[in-house]
Formats: sequence, structure tokens, C-alpha cells
Amino acid sequence: MTTEELKALTANQTVDARGTACPGPLLAAKKAIGEIESGEIMEILSSDEGTKHDIPKWCEKMEHEFLGIVEEDSYSRLFLRKA
Amino acid sequence: MYEFQINKCLTFVYYKTTNMNEEFEKQFAELQKKVGKIEKGTKDQLTMVVFSGDLDKQIAAMIISTGAAAFDMKVKLFFTFWATAALRDPKKKVGGKNFLGKMFGMMLPKGARKLKLSKMHMMGMGSAMIRGLMKKKKVASLPEMFKTAGELGVEINVCEMSMDLMGFKPEELIDYPHMKICGVATFLADAAESKVQLFI
Repeated sequence: MTTEELKALTANQTVDARGTACPGPLLAAKKAIGEIESGEIMEILSSDEGTKHDIPKWCEKMEHEFLGIVEEDSYSRLFLRKA
Repeated sequence: MYEFQINKCLTFVYYKTTNMNEEFEKQFAELQKKVGKIEKGTKDQLTMVVFSGDLDKQIAAMIISTGAAAFDMKVKLFFTFWATAALRDPKKKVGGKNFLGKMFGMMLPKGARKLKLSKMHMMGMGSAMIRGLMKKKKVASLPEMFKTAGELGVEINVCEMSMDLMGFKPEELIDYPHMKICGVATFLADAAESKVQLFI
């Protein structure tokens, strides 16, 4: 998905993991994914650089669809669709 | 996934050849038994020996464990030797220890908050500094990681022999939802069926 498309998305669930370090964002994502239905969209906010590599890997394993990253000034927004 | 495909393939072969001779059926049964063994041997599971009682190594062990649990892997930790000291609850007092047990109890750290760094401990300065840094960088503390691990269903198996050797009693361990005292056989059985095995 392009950045514009991602920005236009409305997430069913937003996880704010900004400020936490590894494995904080991953654990936060794991906890929050249980609260949404299959096919719904989740957005993860993270200021941890490693998260940008970790979340796509996690999605691959868990078979969620990783949609992409939108970079903000001091953090990233990661989007995925629950399998 | 791989084993599933093999199984599917075998079933297909089986239906195609039911009218073939007995010898073939025998071979098929053998093969199926072997595939069953392979399937059993590759659970999506992480087994880890946590041997070290060093703060840094325990942090690494718990980050890997909680991460693996987030990956929906079954996680089984085997705490042995110096690592068992990290599971002591400083608030719990137990009596009835012999002299050596008391000595060990005094000299070994009483719980996760008292562990030292493997390098640069510098009489406590280094370890205090790393704890301060972790707080500042919002890395979860070791006791917090234990709590998270418990919530995620990470199993902690504590080596009975180590506990006995150091004079630790089960009553002085932290309240952890999935903890049991066991021996090497439990670890070996768990490790044999795990995809990932680690030693820290």
C-alpha cells in the first residue's frame, strides 16, 4: 500500500507503544490483536527502530497481512490486517 | 506445513494403491509411523536452559521468552544452578535450613532485583546504572518481565537438584502461575520435541 492509502485507513484498533523498548511494542501488539476480529485493521505506534523489522516478521509468522509503515516525526505507524 | 503435505501425499498414495500387495501396505504403515515421529519432534515450541544468575543474561532469556510467546510459541524454561536465585521472593522467609543452606541463602542474591551484571558490576555501581538506564529507556525490569511471561503462559520448570544443593525451598520462590519443580528428564522430553532449544 502507498503512504497515501495507509494514511486514509481507519484502524479498528490503535496500539500506542511509543516510548517502550524491545520487546514492548511486540508484546503490546500481541495483546491488542486478541481484541479485534479477523479482517480488521490494527495500527501500532512505535518509536523503537527495531519494531519496523520485528512487526513484519511477526505478521509473517502469525499470517497477518502487513500493510505498511507511515513515518511521522519521532515515531512510526505500522498497519496490519488480522488473519 | 511440510509434514502436513507429506501426510496428504501419503494418503493419496494409499488410496491409489489399496489393491496392491500386502508388502506395500506394510511399508506404508512403517512410513506413516516415521512421519508421525517427525511431526511429534517439531512442535512450535522453545525450550531454554536458564543457567546463569547474571542480570544481563537473565534479561536476555526473558526478552527471548516473552518474544517467543508473542509469536504464539509454547515456551518452557528450565531454571537451574545460579539462575534459581532469581526466582527467590525476598519477602518470603523460610526456616528449618541447615548451616550450609543458610550460608548459601545469605551469599546468593535474594531475587531478581539483587542480581549482578556479568561484566562491569563494579561493586554494584554498574548494575545500579544499568537498572537506571533500563528505566530511562523504558525497557521492562526483570521482575516485570517475569510478570509478563506469566501472563503469556511461559512455563518455568525449576531444577529440583539445584534447589536442594543450594538449600532453597519451594516456599521461598516467587508466586508464578506456571511453575513446577522438576528434573532433567522433563527438560529433555520438552527439548526433544521443540523446534528451538537454547542455553543461557
